[in-house]
Amino acid sequence: MLTLALLPLAVVVLGFAARQHPARVVLLAMLTAGLVALPSVSAFLELVGTQFLKARYLLVLMFALPVIAILERHGLRALAAQLVRGWKGVRTGRLLLAYLALRQGSAALGLTSLGGHAQMVRPLVAPMAEAADGDKHGEPPSTGAQSLSGPAAQAPVVRIGTRLSAYERRSSPPLTQGGNNSQSLLGENLTQLARNGSDRNSSEEVRALAAATDNVGLFFGEDLFLAFGAVLLMQAFFAERGIELTPLSIALWGIPTAILAFVIHGARLLWRDRRR
Amino acid sequence: MSALTPIYWLLGAYFARIAWRAWHGAAPRPRTRTAFYATLSVLFAFGDWMPAQLAGALVLLVAAIAGFGLPESTSSQSAQAADRGRSQLLWPILLIPALTVALTLLIPKLALSWLSGANVAVVALVVACGTALPLALAITRERAMHAIDAGGDLFEAIGWAAMLPLLLAVLGSVFAAAGVGDALATLLGAWLPLDVRWVAVIAYGLGMALLTMLMGNAFAAFPVIAGGIGLPFLVNVHGADPAPLAAIGMLSGYCGTLLTPMAANFNLVPVALLDLKDRYAVIRAQVPTALPLLAGNLILIGVLCFR
Repeated sequence: MLTLALLPLAVVVLGFAARQHPARVVLLAMLTAGLVALPSVSAFLELVGTQFLKARYLLVLMFALPVIAILERHGLRALAAQLVRGWKGVRTGRLLLAYLALRQGSAALGLTSLGGHAQMVRPLVAPMAEAADGDKHGEPPSTGAQSLSGPAAQAPVVRIGTRLSAYERRSSPPLTQGGNNSQSLLGENLTQLARNGSDRNSSEEVRALAAATDNVGLFFGEDLFLAFGAVLLMQAFFAERGIELTPLSIALWGIPTAILAFVIHGARLLWRDRRR
Repeated sequence: MSALTPIYWLLGAYFARIAWRAWHGAAPRPRTRTAFYATLSVLFAFGDWMPAQLAGALVLLVAAIAGFGLPESTSSQSAQAADRGRSQLLWPILLIPALTVALTLLIPKLALSWLSGANVAVVALVVACGTALPLALAITRERAMHAIDAGGDLFEAIGWAAMLPLLLAVLGSVFAAAGVGDALATLLGAWLPLDVRWVAVIAYGLGMALLTMLMGNAFAAFPVIAGGIGLPFLVNVHGADPAPLAAIGMLSGYCGTLLTPMAANFNLVPVALLDLKDRYAVIRAQVPTALPLLAGNLILIGVLCFR
């Protein structure tokens, strides 16, 4: 029984190691867990349905999309890039460091909605970071903004095609090679880091770093907020087992890690400025 | 009927519109995409009125279409203006977070019986977006339907990645019901010499990160690891201080969140939003922060819990 209950975890690990489509991995893991542990098909479907309906609020970001889409069609991102070029001495790392401080600080005050990938990173932070990166290379001012729309606008159909074929190639080897695959993934990563030459790679890296900075700021800021769900969850967990903790003490003990996160990620950002 | 029900009706109508356009548009696989968005539309708008089993079957259908039929996330940036826009374009985009924050602070003061707790933030965001849209329309002189369809195109470009957080929330609950995490904690407890203090510290911190990576959510991992290793071994046997143990343990879990595709809304949705070619680009950008931070957390647990 014990080993059977671990089967869904094995599905998740092997599925992602074999670079299967995430939706397939999730579906298969869900069915495995249901098969292994739930009493009946009806109970399984009921659990799935109830939990999905409860999670619908996660798609509330859809309401921001019309606003963002229409502003982008009128040049919002080029505007954001242009703003950055007006700032003297701006560099990608320093710019993202400022965003990290803002994101982490506001999340610590409970203001988690002052950020986010759809509302802030895509329309503002990423184009700004890219513009700062482009200027470092001494390129003409327009390049940064166009690199956003350029490669995408050229031939989206071809790109989708290549992605799918790369996908099938990766998913074809048997599951036992999962370890090798993840090693080659690490290898790719290292060569990509070492190469770092082409502007297109650099632009991809800057955008990914902008998203990563938003995540780090949010995660290691929100835990310092007393009324945050995680703090209350920890308090309730120990209270049920006869140990009384105050939310304040839990939030305060989050501070060392929060500082460490800011120092590590901040140092990476500044190091990036020096390296280039 | 909760305070969020009208919001779900709106989302259902939104999905219906996307499905209608998928059916009539020229893009590839119109039938698959129509089926996907039509099913979502029904789930969002009428989910509260159908038997939970039927909703569950429809969710499995959505997951199957996402995994086997839906086209990969497409480029979401093709319709960019090359020219820089006027600076007024910044106002609506800044109004959304500003108004959301103001409303999340204001609404609880009204002490409404039908609106409290976690729903406040959701309603605040919807109202803020609803206020920013007319402003954006006035500045750009566009029609509302054009903006809504542009938003729909953007959602389609994100594609299955946008649905993944919901499917993962379901998966977390199914895992919990199946006792998956508990089995792992029992296994760790049986194999590792947890009566050695440093072994227990490392098992607790790494266990939080690992289980969070597998379940995609530190909240789900915490009761399992704290209940399986933290409380019985670190607190009861080794005398650890529970407050730093809890706080730093949870943050060790967050290091795991930075490393896993299972945390889709943080690590996969931005890949689609930012049009990155490598599906794991955001995770790769996070590895050099997450690993040293996790190591630092293990040291912090060892030092701060045993003063």
